[in-house]
Amino acid sequence: MDDHPPGPADPADLATPPAGGPPEASALAVDPDWEPPRSFVRAGRGSRMLGGGRSGTVISTVSTLVVLGALAAIFLLAPGARAVEHAFFSPQHMWQAFIGNPKQGYYSVGAAIWLNIRMFIIAEILILALALLIALIRQSTHPALFPIRTLSTGYVDFFRGVPLILVIFAIGLGVPALSLPFVSNQSNAVYGVTALVLSYSAYVSEVYRAGLNSVHQSQVAAARSLGLPQRQALRFVILPQAVRNIIPPLLNDFISLQKDTALVGVLGTIEANKAADIYSEQVFNFSSFTVAAILFLILTIPLARFTDRLIERDRRRRLAGAAP
Amino acid sequence: MSPAEDARRPPGPPVGGEAIRIEGLHKSFGTNQVLRGIDLSVATHEVICLIGASGSGKSTLLRCVNLLEPIDSGRVSLWGQDVTAPGTDPNLVRRHVGIVFQSFNLFPHMTVLRNVTLAPTRVRRLPRAEAEQEARALLARFGLADKQADYPDRLSGGQQQRVAIVRALAMRPQIMLLDEVTSALDPELVAEVLDVIRELAASGMTMLIATHEMGFARDIARRVCFLEEGRIIEDAPPAELFASPRDERTQRFLRRIVEAGRL
Repeated sequence: MDDHPPGPADPADLATPPAGGPPEASALAVDPDWEPPRSFVRAGRGSRMLGGGRSGTVISTVSTLVVLGALAAIFLLAPGARAVEHAFFSPQHMWQAFIGNPKQGYYSVGAAIWLNIRMFIIAEILILALALLIALIRQSTHPALFPIRTLSTGYVDFFRGVPLILVIFAIGLGVPALSLPFVSNQSNAVYGVTALVLSYSAYVSEVYRAGLNSVHQSQVAAARSLGLPQRQALRFVILPQAVRNIIPPLLNDFISLQKDTALVGVLGTIEANKAADIYSEQVFNFSSFTVAAILFLILTIPLARFTDRLIERDRRRRLAGAAP
Repeated sequence: MSPAEDARRPPGPPVGGEAIRIEGLHKSFGTNQVLRGIDLSVATHEVICLIGASGSGKSTLLRCVNLLEPIDSGRVSLWGQDVTAPGTDPNLVRRHVGIVFQSFNLFPHMTVLRNVTLAPTRVRRLPRAEAEQEARALLARFGLADKQADYPDRLSGGQQQRVAIVRALAMRPQIMLLDEVTSALDPELVAEVLDVIRELAASGMTMLIATHEMGFARDIARRVCFLEEGRIIEDAPPAELFASPRDERTQRFLRRIVEAGRL
């Protein structure tokens, strides 16, 4: 293009310094006395950046032993150590609580945990479905859906705000009292699962919603621009990506749900915690609770490790994808 | 037509009847008026490039033609039918109007092949085998035959954008809208995408192209429209618009482009 006379308003002129003489001092001026640092090594230490290696393993082993040793010392040296050991960690009581003895009036904690597992699995499936429905309703924009959208918001506010144990009492005691055919004649386990589903669906629907929001709007545009109707765009493009993004928080909620099946015991259902409670009342020893705790750990720890692995796999996949 | 002009004639068959007609199009986002009365007519087989600074309304204009953005007033007609009239099914319109975005927007959880076959199997209701056969042929035509099993993350930007073009073409659109399709690419990857667009133009595809590639616009377009602040300031054949822009605002824009070494 042709030349144009430089004027003071022309932005191109701002980039070049005024001609003649040294540039004036300003925030951008280079310090003429600056020298590069002589060394980047911190005196008296090895490299802090490299945490791994053999010395790292030694350090971590020693520190683990010190911490565990200190904790064991506190426990063993405490004035009541013998009493607590007998009350909570008696091998004989733990075994008896585990196998149970109905003739003595207590139930097997080992058998009762199966009820927790069953309640957990059924509740989990129902929660996944109900929570998704609530999340989709709350995400919808159609004017005709306004009433149920408001209802869903109220639902989530309510069940996230009320303590789970109160929901369990309300369902477990209230629904039978209604004396309705069928619904009022269910077992306490059913009412317990119902309460778990109602409460957890409120939480999990928020997780879903975060997942749906995490999928960029441009993905919706891409799907819709190809002529896919809203429903298909959701099903094939948005939802698969949303679910992938929320697997770690979902599993986190399910670890929590596994434990909270113990709360259903307040209705008298013989699940692991209730069985342990009965044992302690019959035999005056709390080792049964230790058994229940160990059984819950056996259930939750694998799920926690599985979650870690999924997160790690996702991280690796994305890193691999970033490479050209 | 003189021989010199003839050599400059863009590739593709001669233009036909009117494909797109835009009249008095206004669009605001909140208080931000993005389009302030656009009038534009695009003939079948015609390639028109939209140039202008970021924020001048190029992308919004394309999105309005694809009905991705509801318009405030005015009209968009395709083949003589007002598609902005109430009762229009946007999904039916979009089957015939493909759009490709600056940021590719491939579906990251699907392979390249599935990206391309999703809409044909779901919207055109082709049997899967047939859709895959068509997709493979299209991918092969644009040098992507060996990428069909890969996930988008594994591809270069240029390859991803070519897949995005193929994905749009798999719906067999009669019109293609290209929204700054090379702006997110590394410089060495721009050419492979522009080659694909040239091939489309040569095959007679009607295209509305928003672009910052002035040299490309000069080569491929039959007309170039310069947009500023939501209005078409100048609409002329590229030779005319780039060599002797009439409007002062066009002159200023092109001067900046030249200063930046982009023309």
